[in-house]
Amino acid sequence: MIQLDKLTLGYEDRTLIEGATTTFSSGSLTALIGRNGTGKSTLLRALAGLGEVRRGTIRLCGDPLEEIRPEELARRIAFVATERIRIANLRCRDVVALGRAPYTNWIGRMQEQDREAVEQALVQVGMADYADRTLDRMSDGECQRILIARALAQATPIILLDEPTSFLDLPNRYELVRLLRRLAHEEKKCILFSTHELEIATALCDTIALVDTPHLHHLPTEEMQQSGLIERLFRI
Amino acid sequence: MRSRTPLLFTLLSLLLVALFVVDLAVGSVRIPLSEVWAALTGGETAATTVKIVRSIRLMKALVAIMAGAALAVSGLQMQTLFRNPLAGPFVLGISSGASFGVALLLLGAPLLGWSGSALFSTLGVAGAAWIGAAAILTLIAVVSRRIKDIMVILILGMMCSSGVDAVVQILQYLSHEGALKSFVIWTMGSLGDVTELQLWLLSAAVVVGLATAVAVIKPLNLLLLGENYARTMGLSIRRARRMIFLSTTLLAGTVTAFCGPVGFIGLAVPHLARMLFRSADHRTLMPASALTGSCVLLLCDILSKGLTLPINTLTALMGIPIVVWVVFRYKQLA
Repeated sequence: MIQLDKLTLGYEDRTLIEGATTTFSSGSLTALIGRNGTGKSTLLRALAGLGEVRRGTIRLCGDPLEEIRPEELARRIAFVATERIRIANLRCRDVVALGRAPYTNWIGRMQEQDREAVEQALVQVGMADYADRTLDRMSDGECQRILIARALAQATPIILLDEPTSFLDLPNRYELVRLLRRLAHEEKKCILFSTHELEIATALCDTIALVDTPHLHHLPTEEMQQSGLIERLFRI
Repeated sequence: MRSRTPLLFTLLSLLLVALFVVDLAVGSVRIPLSEVWAALTGGETAATTVKIVRSIRLMKALVAIMAGAALAVSGLQMQTLFRNPLAGPFVLGISSGASFGVALLLLGAPLLGWSGSALFSTLGVAGAAWIGAAAILTLIAVVSRRIKDIMVILILGMMCSSGVDAVVQILQYLSHEGALKSFVIWTMGSLGDVTELQLWLLSAAVVVGLATAVAVIKPLNLLLLGENYARTMGLSIRRARRMIFLSTTLLAGTVTAFCGPVGFIGLAVPHLARMLFRSADHRTLMPASALTGSCVLLLCDILSKGLTLPINTLTALMGIPIVVWVVFRYKQLA
């Protein structure tokens, strides 16, 4: 669960989000939408502890973000970035295994439960057959799934994804968001992802958070559709 | 796939022993293997043979093993930290800093008329090089505390070394032939100018440097996916960077101080290890790079004795094909 309390974000003299107060609850999938450069990534980075908070507080599972130590934070939040990762000789299973880092010892030795978590994560994203392939020999959609499996192996109650659908074709986009929806509902995770896919967001997500600078509107999908906020912002 | 790794480690270890023996047996004076053995174990043989084998060949072979491992491991760390296949131990300016120190000693001191001063003669070439290298890296480390983007640090390091190189060139331009020649010879690298005391210093620095490198194996694996992923998996980037810089200074800095700027080992050997072991995991790559680095530098030393050429020419000739291969390979990926 993520709680925002009068959260203000921005950089230099620009305020992107001001006084946002809302809750993203467990077991729900939320799409974060908004025009380019309005602060979707900034918000996600701030939630993941990667960016700066100007004012207000972020609470993760009840505790203020700034009071959570890095090792503990890694057990609460997993992050999937936009950038494409192509590393020669790096096998899918090893990428997913990196997600166990918060639980392994100083040199990263895997215990039985770590191996199980890795295999289970690969099965959940439907990539068990690809475990021994290397990242440089896979399509964008497959790589994205592996990085999501890595986030699952991290076994966190919260997963944040920054534009996970951007390099995928249309069928793969639906497929991926359906996967996220299933994970949110079945594993009771709180999943928040930014996207430009309004149709996918309204069709598959439980709630929608819309950045209308400097406001953050967060409503259940149906209410958001009826509110007219989306039409106003995107002038459809 | 997995059964390949132990086999490769065994083969490389055997190769290392074989190259070590060959390196001891080869040299400008012909000494039969039996006499080399006698000289090492304290058997009956001429005093000059003992001197040649123990204080020249054995020293050189040990330096080659340590320097090869040290340069390869520091190169591996730089490549992962900067996520750049063309990074090496010297990207942060270690060799430029070292040349600056040596240039000040060999070229600057005579220009200022200080060549006979006691301070400079006790310091020696190695001391000057080490101070130069450590000074540059300290500067980079201090500045980089305020910088988040690792690419900025990389560019800063490269610009800093170019600036220092320019100053070294000014010193070269102003210097007389004799001083210039001894400086140029230092830049060609040598494994044979290490005294016994220096060998101990080198071993100590290499052992501490490698231990530090082993301690950052897990951080390096996390850094494969980039700093954002590494941080969200619980890594303290600042601490990891600090340890990696420390390890690189100890390894590459000390080797450069005693052997001169030995090129290409740190850049090419990690790729050779990746190619052989087909792995990106630093738990495999780090020992693999160390072992491969030792083998390659021993081989270069054997060849350099056979051809009577400076070591740097051979490391370059062997390293360049590997680097070209890497460029072609990564071009396909981009």
